[in-house]
Amino acid sequence: MKAVDFDYWRPADLAETCALLSEGGGDAKIIAGGQTLVPLLAMRLARPALLIDINRVAELQGIAENGGVVEIRACTRQARALADPMVGAKLPLLAKALSFVGHEQTRNRGTVGGSLANADPAAEIGLAALALDAEMSLVSAKGARTVPVGQFFVSPMETALAPEECLAAVRFPAWREAGRIGTGFQETSIRRSDFALAAAAVHLVLDQSGRCARIAVSLGGAGAKSVRVAAIEQALTGGRLGDGEITASVAQVHDGIEAVTDIHASAAHRRRIAGALVARAIAEARDEALAGQA
Amino acid sequence: MTAEQGGFRYIGCRRRPKEDRRFVAGSGRYVADIVLPGMLHVALVTSPHPAARIVAIDAAAALRLPGVRAVLTGDDLAAAVEPMMSGLDIPKMRRYPLAHGVVRYVGEWVVAVVAESRALAEDAAELVEVEYAALPFVIDPEAALRPDAPPVHVDHGSNLMYRRQFVWGPVEQDFSAAPHKIAYRARWHRSATVPIETFGVLAQWNPAAQLLDVWASIQMPKYPDQLARALRLSGSAVRVHFDVDVGGSYGVKRGLKHSILAGHLARKLGAPVRLIEDRLDNMRGGDAQGPDRIFDVEMAFDGDGIVRAMKMRALDDVGAYAGRAPLQLGKPIGAIVGPYRIKSVQYEPISVTTNKTPEEAVRGFGQSPTNYAIETGMDLIARKLGLDRIELRRRNLIRKDEFPYTIPSGSAYDSGDYHAVLDKVLAAAGWEALVKRRDAARAQGRFAGIGISCCLEPSGGNSTFEPLFNPKNETTTWMESCQVKVDLTGAIVASMATSSSGQGHETLVATVIGEILERDPDTIRVVHADSLGALPSNSPVGSRMAIMLGGAAAGAAKKIKAQLVLIAAHNLGAAPEACRYAEGGVSAGNPAKTLSWEHLVDIAHRKFHLLPPGQEPGLQAAHVWEVPGGGALPGPDGRVQMYPCYAFESHVVYAELDRVTGQVALRAYFVGHDCGVMINPDIVHGMTYGGIAHGIGAALYERFEYDGNGQLLSGSFMDYLIPSSHEVPDITIVDHCTPSPLTTFGQKGSGEAGYLGAPAAIASAVNDALAPLGLHIAAVPMTVGALGDLLATKDHAK
Amino acid sequence: MSQHRVDLTVNGKPRSASVPARLTLVDFLRETLNLTGTHTGCEHGVCGACTVLLDGEPVRSCLLFAVQADGAQIVTVEGLAPDAEGLSVLQDSFCELHALQCGFCTSGMLIAAHALLTRDTDPSEEKIREAIGGNLCRCTGYKQIVEAIALAARRLKGANEPAPQRSGHDG
Repeated sequence: MKAVDFDYWRPADLAETCALLSEGGGDAKIIAGGQTLVPLLAMRLARPALLIDINRVAELQGIAENGGVVEIRACTRQARALADPMVGAKLPLLAKALSFVGHEQTRNRGTVGGSLANADPAAEIGLAALALDAEMSLVSAKGARTVPVGQFFVSPMETALAPEECLAAVRFPAWREAGRIGTGFQETSIRRSDFALAAAAVHLVLDQSGRCARIAVSLGGAGAKSVRVAAIEQALTGGRLGDGEITASVAQVHDGIEAVTDIHASAAHRRRIAGALVARAIAEARDEALAGQA
Repeated sequence: MTAEQGGFRYIGCRRRPKEDRRFVAGSGRYVADIVLPGMLHVALVTSPHPAARIVAIDAAAALRLPGVRAVLTGDDLAAAVEPMMSGLDIPKMRRYPLAHGVVRYVGEWVVAVVAESRALAEDAAELVEVEYAALPFVIDPEAALRPDAPPVHVDHGSNLMYRRQFVWGPVEQDFSAAPHKIAYRARWHRSATVPIETFGVLAQWNPAAQLLDVWASIQMPKYPDQLARALRLSGSAVRVHFDVDVGGSYGVKRGLKHSILAGHLARKLGAPVRLIEDRLDNMRGGDAQGPDRIFDVEMAFDGDGIVRAMKMRALDDVGAYAGRAPLQLGKPIGAIVGPYRIKSVQYEPISVTTNKTPEEAVRGFGQSPTNYAIETGMDLIARKLGLDRIELRRRNLIRKDEFPYTIPSGSAYDSGDYHAVLDKVLAAAGWEALVKRRDAARAQGRFAGIGISCCLEPSGGNSTFEPLFNPKNETTTWMESCQVKVDLTGAIVASMATSSSGQGHETLVATVIGEILERDPDTIRVVHADSLGALPSNSPVGSRMAIMLGGAAAGAAKKIKAQLVLIAAHNLGAAPEACRYAEGGVSAGNPAKTLSWEHLVDIAHRKFHLLPPGQEPGLQAAHVWEVPGGGALPGPDGRVQMYPCYAFESHVVYAELDRVTGQVALRAYFVGHDCGVMINPDIVHGMTYGGIAHGIGAALYERFEYDGNGQLLSGSFMDYLIPSSHEVPDITIVDHCTPSPLTTFGQKGSGEAGYLGAPAAIASAVNDALAPLGLHIAAVPMTVGALGDLLATKDHAK
Repeated sequence: MSQHRVDLTVNGKPRSASVPARLTLVDFLRETLNLTGTHTGCEHGVCGACTVLLDGEPVRSCLLFAVQADGAQIVTVEGLAPDAEGLSVLQDSFCELHALQCGFCTSGMLIAAHALLTRDTDPSEEKIREAIGGNLCRCTGYKQIVEAIALAARRLKGANEPAPQRSGHDG
């Protein structure tokens, strides 16, 4: 399976990257880690005229914190983010999610931004970003704009990125609520490291009295898009997150969980798994917060 | 480490396989590694339809692309080559490498494009325009048998390629007399052994020598012959190089259509032509999918669980063309009752075509699905009677004092001690402890199960299913060969006549020759002859090589040993019977005088004046021999001896099942294995672990899945899920040795070990886990999706 | 056809070539440099047969274009042995415990295992299975591979593992 012929350029910086994207119209494609793009190229499902290789654009590398916001530049390797102590300390949910992503070999090349720009509904990084209300920083020759993660994912494999835009960074605002943070990440796949049949990411804060001050629950893999499950978040905020409460809140939304059928599982089964994983992830996050780890 | 079995010098010892060194150095030589000057590359244009008439092909744009050398259509090819043979007598089913007139499955090869690189060939393939007129098609095998089903081969008239009902023994009587019966369906969905290396072939025509050289990733009986025949060449005009390393085959690498295509193009274009399947080519159009079977089984049994009789209907969906694959319904006849004393059998194999990718031979040649069907019944009987599954099997297993044991279909099982192997694996597994572990899990509300299987591995490759399924094909010869020589320097070189794909044949041959000649196997070189230099072979199929190649190598070595003794006797003035052979030297007389290996070799090669009169100079021998028990045609009721030697395996598996997700985790795996004398234990164990991994795939993960429009939905490794190091647990093998009386050292075959018993055992474990819910599954693969939906039927009762 | 110059180091040797942009790193290694020890099994990043070290890390070389590896240090299976006649401890351990049969996945397995042993001198069985979790094998069922990697780890640590007898002459 050999890709179609294409032209290739390695821009020196972000400005050059954007200039190339503008000139390229829809026929120029960015390549970062390539773990998702190159198979598409090999199968000739992607047929760019120009491949823009951003792997050496220094402005697109790095992890930094600024006033409570952790920013990961788009071309930061998944392996690097997974090993980064700041990510472990400030974004524990993302660190958990990263440990489920692919294999070591794919994490050595795959990037945080690449996974997000790919918008695979089963992708772990996107799921964590959704739970954490991340903000995507998009740049083009015309300037920059910020898009909240919920608006960034449009549909499977489709994002809000215009053809001439490049994802420059993803920013994770800190949670300001007083209390103990807990995170939960649960995923069911057929084999280890396969695409998730369903995955759930939970981030919460328990206040001094052990009540849930804030909770974010995101669900992916089951349906066409990763989603925040607002109904569960509303039902559980202010409560003590007992097992019964959790089960009841999940049961309430269960039938409404959007799910697809494919050769690996029926929609009904994905829904079942999704419900179970959300419950397990909430319990995991609660127990972590109670144990004081975060 | 000395051999436990039979006091051998080298056989049975743990020795480093010879082949391993070149592979760890990255010096293997696979077909895609071979580069010839001026080599051209092939890409395929494939059918998007499950059935259609080819109306027109326009390759003008493709041919205009720089670097493109040729475009070949099915019409071009059919005019130049003979159609490919089938194992059945179905002359109206014609098969060519490129679709001729009509396409019969999605992915069928329609046009071949040849260019200076594979990338260019693919670019050009995209520019070929093919106009189709869609035709009716059928995807489901049972639907394919209905009278109104569109036949895949219109000239053949229907989708029925083969059907026969065999009755061995008083089946109806036994059924009437039995107090109990069960009837069930077991479904083995389509999977295959899918090697990591795809099929590839390189062909080069030499007009000056009028010779076609072929390098291929091949594992196939009679490949050079069939290739020559299809290309309308004499066998001596085709030279297949068997020294190509094959990156795994496990049955499926039969790329005859690829080879005919490449051979034809090489001759036509006057340049070497290479066709390497990419993974997408391989999955859809490589014609290497596996058994796709519906078993309808009835068993008649007594109150104490003794199974008296069995009726089995096996419907196999062979896909769009029937090559050798339908014979996979025939091979299991040689072990149709498994390891059990079932006295009468009715067996009805049915082979049907549908508009899907054709099947090819898969490891075990139909035995693993059949074992799965039989073992499903045994567990159902145990459940029905409230009998322990182990006890039930104990009562039915053929006893060690009953061998050789002839089964109703005519095959004699050579030797075995099934109860001993069963005892060994139960002890190794700690059966009682596993039961406690399972019960403790259940007490905590978890779902766990223990599985058991007792299965046979017929070995030796006496393929009488060929004449059985096609009486016009009176083939009864299933031979193998080996040539051995000792050169002037005293070095031993053996030549084997076929390819290898990881089975360690070079080590096998060197060990056997070393054993006979009492010389270090590490000093014995083994080469693969090409098809012109090779003596006849039937290739590594049917777990036959330890038996057949081992026997051929031993036979040749014995002849050399005899020659050495004769030379020594002549020169020592002793009778040959009075000579003693030891490690290559021969002694006689009192006081003893010894002629060394070097001395004897020297006489053989240089000192004609010292050679016994009438003895050939030099030191070389060939041995060609027929499979033990071979040479007979089936009787009118179909009874005939199939494979000669029967290895036995008993698996014990402990599995946990997630009640919600349907995921199965294999937590403990034990197998008792008896393949007689093992020539190299690490090689045998390795193939057994690998066979179990294949079995895990077939049982839980792998399926070639089609939609209602004949589109293959699992056509890449993203959706066809092969077990990784996470899905295959640690496995413990406990060996037992019941030697075969039919072979040189008592060895039986073992190339299919593990695969033949694993799916049955895993299914047994999953059903044990489901039992408390009153659920049962009789279809593989038992995927997360299938188990999840099954478990959900009991959700309200949680 | 867009051609690009690449300069990189492969198995310690500087190599240069002019390549089309769409030529993958694995095809470059195999066809341009004639290093056929690295194999392709799927060309879509699943089987791991194409695994090489890029700047010290194991990557799937079918998912990189050669042009992207400009300036990189690549190590393939051919670069693991200490010299032309020898084998590394890891390679030798694979031979000792028969951690391969057809050999097709073996190069990728060796690279993945080599990378593991570089950073973890005493890996648990779980860690070993994790390290080779992205490398598919159809022949071995993985057990002898896991055992060979564990043996290599012990030998590299200098634990009192008897030096296995080397096979004499190989066929």
